[in-house]
Amino acid sequence: MQAAFFGVIAFLSILSAILMVMNRNPVRSALFLVANFALLAVLYLTLAAQFIAAVEIIVYAGAIMVLFLFVLMLLSLGASHALRERGGLQPLVAIILGLIFLASLSAAGAIGTLGPGQATPQWVKNGGTVKAIGTALFDPRLPWLFPFEVTSILLLVAVVGAIVLAKRRV
Amino acid sequence: MLAVPTEYYLALSAILFTIGVIGVLIKRNPIVIFMCIELMLNAVNLTFIAFGRHFAQINGQMYVIFVMAVAAAEVTVGLGIIVAVFRTKDTIDVDEVNLLKF
Repeated sequence: MQAAFFGVIAFLSILSAILMVMNRNPVRSALFLVANFALLAVLYLTLAAQFIAAVEIIVYAGAIMVLFLFVLMLLSLGASHALRERGGLQPLVAIILGLIFLASLSAAGAIGTLGPGQATPQWVKNGGTVKAIGTALFDPRLPWLFPFEVTSILLLVAVVGAIVLAKRRV
Repeated sequence: MLAVPTEYYLALSAILFTIGVIGVLIKRNPIVIFMCIELMLNAVNLTFIAFGRHFAQINGQMYVIFVMAVAAAEVTVGLGIIVAVFRTKDTIDVDEVNLLKF
């Protein structure tokens, strides 16, 4: 039952990813990407990462995709202005290189075995809750507190950078 | 313990990452290239969470939080650069914007 559910979600996520790459209209690509994010959030739920699944929907499907669509509409690069795609050999070469890349990833993954999973039912129930994430994130004995603080500086720099890029004359 | 083996999640992640790589290679609209990069970041996030569950560790989910923060910052600055390029060159075709190409 769970394997069948995983199979359906995995198939749909691969399908939406392929449709995103194949589509000529960037707005439709963005919508397929939103579908892909939602399916990945479902997969995160099956992996006992409830908080990450919620953040995936809020941050990726909400904030980042709105930013993408906003820029697409702002530059009016919709269907009527779709860039002509590369013809000839380039897509073929890209697909061959991609398949070689996938084969090398598979070869790297086939070196060792993972062994049985170590997640207990107790961990699956509590491993990804807001409480578990927050406790780990702000525990001074764990190495996550300093990166969390540095992240705030990163976001501040990104905001300042976006404003500087958007202004006509600084 | 696991109904679905971790290897299946890793295989799905590898396939999604490869689709993202192919998209970066064949698309000429930089906004769609950014979307493909987001797809690759999400594939890596799936790997982190799958390993985190496999070894019953919270560390995988911690990394995903930081990856999401970096992705948000990257998209903000990247789209700002695209808007600035469009304003100066009236096109964002990556084959036309080649001033830095030697």
